[in-house]
Amino acid sequence: MLNTSDILETIKMIQDENLDIRTITMGISLLDCADSDIDKSCEKIYEKICRLAGNLVKTGEDIEKKYGIPIVNKRISVTPIAMLVGVSGGDPVKYAKTLDRAAKTVGVNFIGGYSALVQKGFSAGDKELMESIPRALSETEFVCSSVNVGSTKAGINMDAVKIMGRVIKESSEITKDRQCIGAAKLVVFCNAPEDNPFMAGAFHGPGEPDCVINVGVSGPGVVRAALEKMDDTDDLQKVADTIKKTAFKITRMGQLVGEEASKALGVPFGIIDLSLAPTPAIGDSVAHILEEIGLEEVGAAGTTAALAMLNDAVKKGGVMASSTVGGLSGAFIPVSEDAGMIAGARSGSLIIEKLEAMTAVCSVGLDMIIVPGDTTPEVLSAIIADEAAIGMVNSKTTAVRIIPAIGLKDGEELNFGGLLGYGPVMKVNTKSPAKMINRGGRIPAPIQSLKN
Amino acid sequence: MKAVVTVIGKDTVGILASTSAELAKANVNIIEVTQSVLQDFFAMIMLVDISESKLSIDELKKDLQENVEGMEIHVMHEDIFNSMHRI
Repeated sequence: MLNTSDILETIKMIQDENLDIRTITMGISLLDCADSDIDKSCEKIYEKICRLAGNLVKTGEDIEKKYGIPIVNKRISVTPIAMLVGVSGGDPVKYAKTLDRAAKTVGVNFIGGYSALVQKGFSAGDKELMESIPRALSETEFVCSSVNVGSTKAGINMDAVKIMGRVIKESSEITKDRQCIGAAKLVVFCNAPEDNPFMAGAFHGPGEPDCVINVGVSGPGVVRAALEKMDDTDDLQKVADTIKKTAFKITRMGQLVGEEASKALGVPFGIIDLSLAPTPAIGDSVAHILEEIGLEEVGAAGTTAALAMLNDAVKKGGVMASSTVGGLSGAFIPVSEDAGMIAGARSGSLIIEKLEAMTAVCSVGLDMIIVPGDTTPEVLSAIIADEAAIGMVNSKTTAVRIIPAIGLKDGEELNFGGLLGYGPVMKVNTKSPAKMINRGGRIPAPIQSLKN
Repeated sequence: MKAVVTVIGKDTVGILASTSAELAKANVNIIEVTQSVLQDFFAMIMLVDISESKLSIDELKKDLQENVEGMEIHVMHEDIFNSMHRI
């Protein structure tokens, strides 16, 4: 029979340590919905999403009941909409509204894919979609948007970076009476993964199958609790080992749920994303893991090293536990979604420059960072460029999800509610990068040898 | 199909009896039981067969929670423990 302490451990993880499946995300290709008439295109999209994802929420709930494990979110990602805009022309916001309506009908809480992939340049539909993002995000409830502006193979499209600085600012401005929520649903990527199940950056890449189930696991609280039980004098190898074992267990559960969902829905199982995804809830924080490893507060010297070790150990443990790992897979460091990060930002221990360094060793990027409302579009563009450069040179995904808090200064706070959390406005270096940003063009792809 | 029932709480008379009575009512067969009492703390783990059960896992859990008073009760599918703790 199963070991008593193993059983109690699992129950404790779920009960006390916030272990959950963060998301089951159904990826749906909309390529076969493209029509030269935008209204027909929208009609086909609505029909396809409702047909394939009609049972998604119910299946998720059934699995929750069967296994007694919470599945927090059920979501959908779709083909980058810019591709459909390229075929149909017309107002891209029509697509956003269609996605929103479909999301509402099937009962998911986010739908991602109001996206464009422009790392090397713009094709038909891309610019139109990018320009329409602020309006699309303000006029819909569930739609998330992302734009990939760079990659290790293509370099960074600085024309797109320039546009996105302005688009972020506008997205915030147009939703300023709603805590600037628009910008919180918009991600700018470098090396965007095509199978990421996590919002706001999820989209269903053109290389993916017609329909697929991807699963995102979570569990920062479980890792922290495992480390808490360790002795303060245990060396870091032991710490890494404990993280690895815990990540293994968490991922196994994700694998089980993913397989079960794929079977129940009759849709192939795609990937597990091994990310440690925090929530603002107490005991569900990545920052607290770093503090448990031995930092007084997140942001202290040593934060980058601790995070690098955490991120690597999570991957090593998770890879063994699942047959297909993908997505972002690592530790997330969103500021407003992590109680420890919020505390660090409030106290001034955690600053944007430190976060930028942390993004070089963890899974994503500058995530859910609130900056002063008067930050210029050029500064926002330059922050995107810096982050994209880190991703491009290190062959990893980086992203920027930054929210200019219109009307607020540093120290004041925004509150998005729910999983998106809350947080203080962080200080930004306001020296102007305008000349560089206005040059436009492309930053060439980096050399892949002479690595120093 | 098997499930794991855990009953945890303060030790009192009749916990095992009331739990197994509820399981019998639901047509759930008990395969294995381990229980321990540490000071006043009672912990029982049952492996049960739910293939013929009249209730779903979720309903069974609710039923036990209502009828075995004052104890913390979980009913979970066996697979979750197997996948987590066995390679």
